[in-house]
Amino acid sequence: MENCLLKMRHIEKRFPGVLALNNVDFTLRKGEIHALMGENGAGKSTLIKILTGVYQMDAGEITVEDTAVSIRSPQDAQNKGISTVYQEITLCPNLTVAENMFIGREGGNWVRHTEDEKRADEILKLLGIPARSTQQLGSCSLAVQQMVAIARAVDQNCKVLILDEPTSSLDDKEVKMLFDLMRDLKSKGVGIIFVTHFLEQVYEVSDRITVLRNGELVGEYLVEDLPQVELVSKMIGKELDELSTLKESDEEDISKKEVLYEAKSLSSSEAEPFDFTIHKGEVNGFTGLLGSGRSESVRAIFGADKVTGGNVTIKGKNAKITRPIDAMKHGIGYLSEDRKRDGIIAELSVRENIMLALQVMNGFFKPISRSESEAFADEYIKVLNIKTASRETPVGSLSGGNQQKVILARWLLTHPDYLILDEPTRGIDVGTKLEIQKLVLKLAEEGVSVTFISSEVEEMLRTCSRLIVMRDRHIVGELTGKDLNQAQVMKTIAGGEA
Amino acid sequence: MKMMKNMRKEPLTDTQLLMSITIGIFIVMYLVAIIFLGGGFLHAQQIFDMLNDNASLIIVSCALTIVMIGGGIDISVGAVTSLVVMSCVLYLNSGGNIFVSILLALGIGLGFGLVQGFLISYLEIQPFIVTLAGMFFARGMTTILSVNPQKSEHSGFEKLREMKIEIPFLGYTAKNGNFVPARMELGVVVALICVVFIFILLKYIRLGRNFYAMGGNQQSALMLGINVKRTRFFSYVISGLLSGISGYVFMMHTGAGNATNAAGMEMNAIASSIIGGTLLTGGVGNVIGTFFGTLTLTTIKKIVVSSGLNDPWWQSITTGGMLCFFILLQSVVLGKRAKKKNS
Amino acid sequence: MKNKKTHGGLGQLTIPIIALALLVLFNVVRDLIFIYYFKDPNYVSFFSIEFTRNNLDNTVLAGNLISIINGASELAILAMGMTLVTAACGGQDISVGAAAAIAGSVFVKVLKSSSSINGGTVAIAFVSACIVAMLFGSFNGTLVAVFKIQPMIATLILYTCGRSIAYWINGGATPTVNSPIITAIGSFIPGIPIPTPVLIVIAVSLLFKLIFKFTSLELFTQSVGINGSAARLNGINSTFIKLLSFIILGVCVAFSGTIGVSRLGLINHETLLLDIEMDTILAVAIGGNSLGGGKFKIGGSIIGAYVIQMLTITLYAMKVSSTDVKAYKAIVIVLLVVLGSPVVKAKFEKVLSYLGLNRQSISTKGAQ
Repeated sequence: MENCLLKMRHIEKRFPGVLALNNVDFTLRKGEIHALMGENGAGKSTLIKILTGVYQMDAGEITVEDTAVSIRSPQDAQNKGISTVYQEITLCPNLTVAENMFIGREGGNWVRHTEDEKRADEILKLLGIPARSTQQLGSCSLAVQQMVAIARAVDQNCKVLILDEPTSSLDDKEVKMLFDLMRDLKSKGVGIIFVTHFLEQVYEVSDRITVLRNGELVGEYLVEDLPQVELVSKMIGKELDELSTLKESDEEDISKKEVLYEAKSLSSSEAEPFDFTIHKGEVNGFTGLLGSGRSESVRAIFGADKVTGGNVTIKGKNAKITRPIDAMKHGIGYLSEDRKRDGIIAELSVRENIMLALQVMNGFFKPISRSESEAFADEYIKVLNIKTASRETPVGSLSGGNQQKVILARWLLTHPDYLILDEPTRGIDVGTKLEIQKLVLKLAEEGVSVTFISSEVEEMLRTCSRLIVMRDRHIVGELTGKDLNQAQVMKTIAGGEA
Repeated sequence: MKMMKNMRKEPLTDTQLLMSITIGIFIVMYLVAIIFLGGGFLHAQQIFDMLNDNASLIIVSCALTIVMIGGGIDISVGAVTSLVVMSCVLYLNSGGNIFVSILLALGIGLGFGLVQGFLISYLEIQPFIVTLAGMFFARGMTTILSVNPQKSEHSGFEKLREMKIEIPFLGYTAKNGNFVPARMELGVVVALICVVFIFILLKYIRLGRNFYAMGGNQQSALMLGINVKRTRFFSYVISGLLSGISGYVFMMHTGAGNATNAAGMEMNAIASSIIGGTLLTGGVGNVIGTFFGTLTLTTIKKIVVSSGLNDPWWQSITTGGMLCFFILLQSVVLGKRAKKKNS
Repeated sequence: MKNKKTHGGLGQLTIPIIALALLVLFNVVRDLIFIYYFKDPNYVSFFSIEFTRNNLDNTVLAGNLISIINGASELAILAMGMTLVTAACGGQDISVGAAAAIAGSVFVKVLKSSSSINGGTVAIAFVSACIVAMLFGSFNGTLVAVFKIQPMIATLILYTCGRSIAYWINGGATPTVNSPIITAIGSFIPGIPIPTPVLIVIAVSLLFKLIFKFTSLELFTQSVGINGSAARLNGINSTFIKLLSFIILGVCVAFSGTIGVSRLGLINHETLLLDIEMDTILAVAIGGNSLGGGKFKIGGSIIGAYVIQMLTITLYAMKVSSTDVKAYKAIVIVLLVVLGSPVVKAKFEKVLSYLGLNRQSISTKGAQ
């Protein structure tokens, strides 16, 4: 294999309780754009982190231009010609563009402003980046900031450039600029690893695709050999196993039941207007790839982002939900996608985390007594089988799956009419995943409406009676009854043709 | 020509914007003072008086600016200034040598900087607590050295103290017809040198720019390959050193050590830095702004006194009002900027 | 896991309690040396407590320990409020001393303008002081919670001009108030041998206990301080919680100001509770509370306040002058925070676990 730039062979990485990467191979050639695809938990970010020296692999080997290397730290990776541009910009917004390009690299004690600025302008011009070297970075758009980060990497003579979700906060025009830059670099012989969740973009710019799923390599394909639908099925599809019988077969027509929640052209600062209805005791799901707007939509329902418009009726009555507390008072619970950032209060105990939402709903002046909260905690630790040393253990020291159960317990304790679960099964072990799915069905039987979001389609097929499919921040289809099968879902996600 | 065009088009950075606001307000304020209060404000000596009285405040404000740009805080500067004054006066009175006394001042400052910097950067203790302890220690040591005020009796030093730089063309003719040249103390020269030096440090030296990077986004600074711990350490070392210099300048101005010297100076210095456009969140600020911040703070006090509001409490009330105004203004201006960018 | 639990049984309170224990131990040793080694007949033990008669002919308790718990009263009360502000906002209020001077001035002003000083007027005066202090608290709180200005910068404003406002309230004078009621508040209530400020501290801490029992303040404050984003998604109004913490601190300020004024029977706007903000923040830190906000223990801050006062009184007992105390205090503080620093702790734990492993291997060997 000539002009082979980077080879990763038999990579293995183990975290406590999880095998994050199992015997994964990855090859990058000179002058190619190689998309690395996979849903949450597929292992792509672990692979990237091993390549950039953030993690150390447990087994396997990496060669750069046919020399075996070991990458000890991000700095080490850079020295070996592997640069990364992350989704969140790792530059200093208060410095100028030129300063950001040269800081931390120059020798000598003096800053040569004119020289740096001249050189920066040259590079910016060469790469066609619409920025001036003397501009404060913070005054550039995110796209340009990202490009400046790329320019910095290019100027450091990088051979391998990793772009980790570079387009997630860019608009179409900016994406186009970025792609032009990527093609330009490609023609200069740089190998680019492109991590994204936008399928169209992959097809627009990539040469090759490597797909990972559940920490294992699915395969490496040339773009023209892999139609979009097939890609989707490789990313999320799995043969339905015996678990598919989880759902009760005697499906009564849910739409005859009363409507619990109805939204007309609801929109928020993050979500485009959409209509949505859920019936009592119904389990439905938002599906679509990451970034398709599925999380933003349910956040709008809960009032988590700034609601900008729309009519909401709950149980036939008009409701105004602008803040989370309004939603909670209307019997809505929301388990957020980002457990660490938006879910757990890490230093507080399991007990306090469980009682939090109920306490907020009870109000400031009606605290739940200690003995009562202990009883609640004990009950849910038992019901949900939460593995914790005691109810007073800080929740941050629990495993991911158990943290998730604590947050589930928090919302179950409020006895919601409508529960929104955004990726409740993300990053947790298989056993717990199944427990959570069973719980969702049990809740529905008890008359609770549930919206369930998961990156794994088969999970949703197993639990939901209606699937709302989103693409590019818009609802593109709604599947019920016999349409509710893997092929149809893939087709809708991937887009009309094919 | 093309260069000029480019420069004109460039929007101001946050630092430049906040600095310009300060300088603008200072000029307007001073003009208002000349128009309504006239007299003294017309003479250049007025500005020199303000500089003479505040040379050491300017120096410690520069120290605070550096630390605050790096995202930290140092409240020991006033106490260290006071300790330096007391130690140096006692040393000189015991028959010491001027050159050694300067080394003593620098040494004390450096010592505080090294210890505080080590505790903050390498042991990761909160800067507020460390420098608070530093402040207690310096204040305590000052009174241990002497509870009573000590006047300098060193003849050589007194000669140095009396040395003033006269600038004839900025002088004025007093009422009795005598010509009075504008006078500037040596300390002011030292302060101005400090300002220039730190300006160069922050703008043209790698370490200085690393302060900005560290204060702007510590995580990014790490990713960009900056040794954040060492950078932070140096910010406190420089701050300590400047406190030492400030002490010596203070002594040249007052000529006496007193346990209550430079009381509350740390807060005045923080206020000067803030008015000068330094943000406590880090990453934004400039010594030129700080210099004008100090002048603004002094001018407002002068204006209050000249308006016949002689009670000292008027001064601190206007200072407080001024601070409130600047803090809210900065919060609004930067908030607007962020919003404009997002939309 | 289990091992860790038994290890940090006191958790957050480890450092303040160790500090207190060390100070006690130090004084015990010093006592023993003086009594048994020097055989100094005039030496009075640090811990001796005796009944004396004061100038009002009351039987009262006296001794170093009494001075400690009495003298730390204002500090302890302020530390309780400061703990809340620190936990919710991740920053500190440096204007408490100045605000206490304002509250004290209002207290005296109201007393002075009433015709006679009796229980009623004192109550009115205190309530007025409370309201004013709460207003200034909400000023600080608004800057922090609404305008998102860091607490230290926001409270620098009141720190700068607070004492001048206090000066203005009483027209620049330092009026005295002479009344048995004021004396009773500042020193002793006839018939009760315990200093009144100590009783007030107990009352205020009970008040906090009641607030924590009958509201969700503790849970909400910690949630906001630890993870603001999650707190918001769980429906907590963090602006309100931050503002509230400053208002509660305002009440504490009013209590401290009133005690301070009553001790002397006069208001001196320049010296009343001077520099107490620094000691207060220190008490919070020594109490094991993170100055970055989050989880807190009010009890720790109270112990922290007594640690500071005990340190001061111990130094006094060793004939260190009141002005020099600061230097020694600084050294002890640095030692305490170095011990509590995460880096040192991690190193220490490494050493401990190394020793622990060794011990384990020895014991298994022994078993074989």
